[in-house]
Amino acid sequence: MVRIPVENRARFLAHREYRVLRVGALGGLVLAWEIVARLGWVPVLFLPSPVGVVGEGWDMIVSGELQMHLAASLERLALGFVVGGGFGVIVGVAVGFFSIAEAIGEPLIAATFPVPKIALLPLLILWLGIGEPSKVAVIALGVFFPMAINTYTGVRQADPLLVRAAVSFGARRWSVIRKVILPSALPMIFAGLRLGAGTALLLLVAAEMIAVESGIGFLVLHAGNIMATTKLMVGIVVLSLLGILSHWGLNRLERVAIPWRA
Amino acid sequence: MRVVIERVSKVYADRRGHEVPALSEVSAAVASEEFVALLGPSGCGKSTLLNIVAGLLEPTSGAVYFEGERTPNRPTSSFVFQEFALFPWRTVQQNVEFGLEEAGMAPAARAAEARRFVELTGLAGFEAKYPHQLSGGMRQRVGIARALAVDPAVLLMDEPFSALDAQTRQLMQEELLAIWERTRKTILYVTHNIQEAVYMADRVVVLSRRPGRVLAEVPIALARPRTEAMMGAPAFVQASEMIWSLIKAQAREALSG
Repeated sequence: MVRIPVENRARFLAHREYRVLRVGALGGLVLAWEIVARLGWVPVLFLPSPVGVVGEGWDMIVSGELQMHLAASLERLALGFVVGGGFGVIVGVAVGFFSIAEAIGEPLIAATFPVPKIALLPLLILWLGIGEPSKVAVIALGVFFPMAINTYTGVRQADPLLVRAAVSFGARRWSVIRKVILPSALPMIFAGLRLGAGTALLLLVAAEMIAVESGIGFLVLHAGNIMATTKLMVGIVVLSLLGILSHWGLNRLERVAIPWRA
Repeated sequence: MRVVIERVSKVYADRRGHEVPALSEVSAAVASEEFVALLGPSGCGKSTLLNIVAGLLEPTSGAVYFEGERTPNRPTSSFVFQEFALFPWRTVQQNVEFGLEEAGMAPAARAAEARRFVELTGLAGFEAKYPHQLSGGMRQRVGIARALAVDPAVLLMDEPFSALDAQTRQLMQEELLAIWERTRKTILYVTHNIQEAVYMADRVVVLSRRPGRVLAEVPIALARPRTEAMMGAPAFVQASEMIWSLIKAQAREALSG
């Protein structure tokens, strides 16, 4: 008689973390970059070293230049987000809940959604002037569509059983929207915010490359024009930090706003 | 308050527009403080009937009405759902308060009122929990507390324990009976489980398979309060066997298509 041991056949499916590797990958990239720059394989004019970028960034903070650009960009982002996001949620709920709004809104959104929003920037400048409103408007447009479409989807996915339960306990239309539909749609709304954040950053940089004197987009373009590559790199790093921060912030916010999710 | 179901028929239209009859001329009544079980094979339209009584569906013909004194701010009925249907974004306390909120009760009053039913259903200490943190049995307690809190004239229960495991179901049946002894609510209880129906109800209305019509009304001659030991009593066995013989023929037909 032989003993046939049972082996874990699913072992190779197990997912492991490899924390050291995660940190190492990022650190290794920066290190390799620094080494390449130090060895002088690439002229500093084209590839400034990470240490140089950090130093330049520090100098710009001390002089207040970086804060000034950052503040200008954040203001545009915030305004665009509030306007675009607000309208997006309102339109999404209306189109998702009311048949008439759906009949009107759905074809309109489907027709205008595929237009690349950057292409609308010249038009918006024509309409709203070259100042701040056109810049905020293009960001708002970029945020509006993912928010409206995600809210709409979230509203449509609301569990009909919960709607029925609410109605059985005497809830009328506005109660149902406020107490069932909106909380149901909240996870989708957050997904929309995340999509919108990516688009907003893209449009921000594009908008700040036209006729402005401030903002991270301006900083990047201007530094490029005068071949101040280190400064340009500082701008890019700040933009990527903005992207990372918004993602992290939205995750935190979502956990606070949706406490019922395990 | 008395519930009267008068020659209710319901016809659904399927996707191709064919008419599918779900209920056929169902008449029944539930007296005040009576516990009536509505029993039938799956797909016999018993849930449809309960939804019609709740005012969540319209009958194709016939009518449902309540007889008795109208009390302001007191709903005629409230519903306990098979799938619990708790609001996942509300805590236990907030779920129980939902109906009171919709009735326009002031926050302090509804908190106190909800508190009574949280305690009655054995949920004390769980007020701040979210539904996903509770077991199935606890979730349905919330469903029952939410339905009782609005003080309905009639409590409508749609297979409330069928999503629970057998042991939990048994315990919850006993608890519901205990709650019923204390509140004497008029209850219309839908189930496909014969033992459950006989154990809990004063009267069992047996429906045929689709389209549902009333096959028989079986009074259960068991004393109150009911105990588990009664499940061996002759009256229990007799009633169960009688209902099973009615249902069996129906179930066979359903199996052979």
